[in-house]
Amino acid sequence: MNTMERIRTSAETDLVEQFGSLRNTLTGGADISKLREKAFDAFNSIGLPHRRIEAWHYTDLKAGWKGVLPIAGPGDGLTDVNAVSSGLASIKIVLVNGCLDKQNSDLASLPAGIAIRLLSEALVENADTLDRLGSIAPDLKDPLIDLNTAFMGEGVFLDIADDAKIKQPIEIVHVTVGEATSSYPRHFVAIGKNAEATFIENHVCKGNAAYQSNSVIELKLGDGATAHWVKMQDEGENAVHVGTFKADIGAEAELNHFTFTKGGALTRTQLFVSFSGEHSKANLRGTSLLNGKTHSDITLVMDHAVPNCDSRELYKSVIDDNAHSVFQGNIIVKPDAQKTDGQMMVQSLLLSDDAAMSSKPELEIFADDVQCAHGSTTGQIDEDLLFYLRSRGIPEAEARTMLVLAFLSETIEEIGDEEIIAVLEERTRDWLGA
Amino acid sequence: MLEIKNLHAAVDGNEILRGINLTVNPGEVHAIMGPNGSGKSTLSYILAGKEDYEISEGSITYNGDNFLELSADERAAAGMFLAFQYPIEIPGVATMTFLKTALNAQRKARGEGEISTPDFMKLVREKAKDLNVTSDMLKRPLNVGFSGGEKKRAEILQMSLFQPTLCVLDETDSGLDIDALRIVSDGVNKLRGPDRSIVVITHYQRLLDHIVPDVVHVLSAGRIVKTGGKELALELEKNGYADIVGQAA
Repeated sequence: MNTMERIRTSAETDLVEQFGSLRNTLTGGADISKLREKAFDAFNSIGLPHRRIEAWHYTDLKAGWKGVLPIAGPGDGLTDVNAVSSGLASIKIVLVNGCLDKQNSDLASLPAGIAIRLLSEALVENADTLDRLGSIAPDLKDPLIDLNTAFMGEGVFLDIADDAKIKQPIEIVHVTVGEATSSYPRHFVAIGKNAEATFIENHVCKGNAAYQSNSVIELKLGDGATAHWVKMQDEGENAVHVGTFKADIGAEAELNHFTFTKGGALTRTQLFVSFSGEHSKANLRGTSLLNGKTHSDITLVMDHAVPNCDSRELYKSVIDDNAHSVFQGNIIVKPDAQKTDGQMMVQSLLLSDDAAMSSKPELEIFADDVQCAHGSTTGQIDEDLLFYLRSRGIPEAEARTMLVLAFLSETIEEIGDEEIIAVLEERTRDWLGA
Repeated sequence: MLEIKNLHAAVDGNEILRGINLTVNPGEVHAIMGPNGSGKSTLSYILAGKEDYEISEGSITYNGDNFLELSADERAAAGMFLAFQYPIEIPGVATMTFLKTALNAQRKARGEGEISTPDFMKLVREKAKDLNVTSDMLKRPLNVGFSGGEKKRAEILQMSLFQPTLCVLDETDSGLDIDALRIVSDGVNKLRGPDRSIVVITHYQRLLDHIVPDVVHVLSAGRIVKTGGKELALELEKNGYADIVGQAA
């Protein structure tokens, strides 16, 4: 056994110091303190993940997590929440620098069927808090989730009642303002039996501070329930963002998850999704629009733990300048999970000679009666298509925009909700400068 | 007026066009015939502005514009239209969106105002009906899932919408059955007029029974080796290319 002492980076040493100095002031009673300490120890035994850890081969946080930043206070709040949200008529929960912005949050007037409790309250006085936090994918070992658990500050426990059909999207906005800080938002969402709800998870910033955000969301989807979840990651150009989404899908339930990635200097979206009931579906999709020196990673594990479930994974990247897009996808089919149908596809379009794509789709199949496939393609804009459009009078820049939108359209259109599609298409056009 | 003078063009160092001279006046329909590999499609792509060719000599002017200095989209705005031999499928681009974007781009380049959506819809429906292009086809992504004949009809639909003044039809008859050939030919004949030049590239006399040319050229090994009236096409149909190509060589 290798007993050699691990060499810590200064960021790791500083994290130990930061946790040591804050441990007694972080929210929560004795049980929560114990949870935080255990999580921090777990993090500290591994440290910031780096290239030699397989799950982090393409995204090196040891190099990317440059220093330790103070955990921010609430700041001045926002004057205009519409400037940082999706623009949809949604029920809003707004966190500024990881703290609740009460004035801009719609907590006082929730429609029937939605119950929200703040994490900061649940950490102090809710009996089932420990049963919930970390209950989704409990065996998962991930240093970033542990780091979140150690430092988690604010977030929501959100419950949708059985049979409730919530029409209005519920939007959780994470905004970072001011100086470079770190934030650790944490949410737990439970959707009752046969209920349905749509969520927008927004990550934005005002300014260009080099901040760090590490968020964790846990979703428990009841039997017969449907959840539509759209993550809009539009972090600041110097930001480091790691966002983890863990979901447990009950029987005859459906999860539609979409990740719209646009911002940040170094970002990673992690999805760990597991079926715990039969005859369920998971549609995991996303588009990444990367330019400059952006490094953006989407890593997902789709765990078919039970039989008769379908999953679809479709991710598309458009990569310009020196940007680097990473996709790692793993469909696991457990021995009992017969009649599994899993189809994973990742496609990327390179717009410059220096753009890069690293793609690692994997299947791990332990059952014998399954249908699974994966594919990965990387290419450039097809010159013949471009010539055809230009020969019809469409100028080059406009023709290129049309072809990029065409490449992305099948992914975005699958969201189904016309208003959300319009928002994402608009943002895509903005990005393309069209 | 289209004027091509002593045009030499090569791909990857292989010379394909070796001194083409061709003048097409407004109101004229010219047919270019010739065996496989004679350079017919290359000529059509070069006219449309495809950039894969090295032009070593010669010139192309259209109504005084030096075509070789214009990009493909600028040429389209100047009145050029190529009906492709193999129209390309573009998944994710809706046919109607494409038609409207292209029409408005051409109008904008010419300093004309954009067409309104109701006027545009009316125009498309009217032209589509003549060419037997169904509303189902218009709802699909551009050319996606179209049969060979549908693609050719869609090309002629574009031509009748954009109203180009210089139309080049590259083997528009290939892959068409007799009924489709008649529909497509009727569409082209409707566009004949004193201000429009049409160049029809084909292997076969058959198309020229429907679109009767004023002038017929025979292209062989990158040169026009014979020019005549419409009877030249009949002669070729009877005797094949071997005689003429042989004489020239």
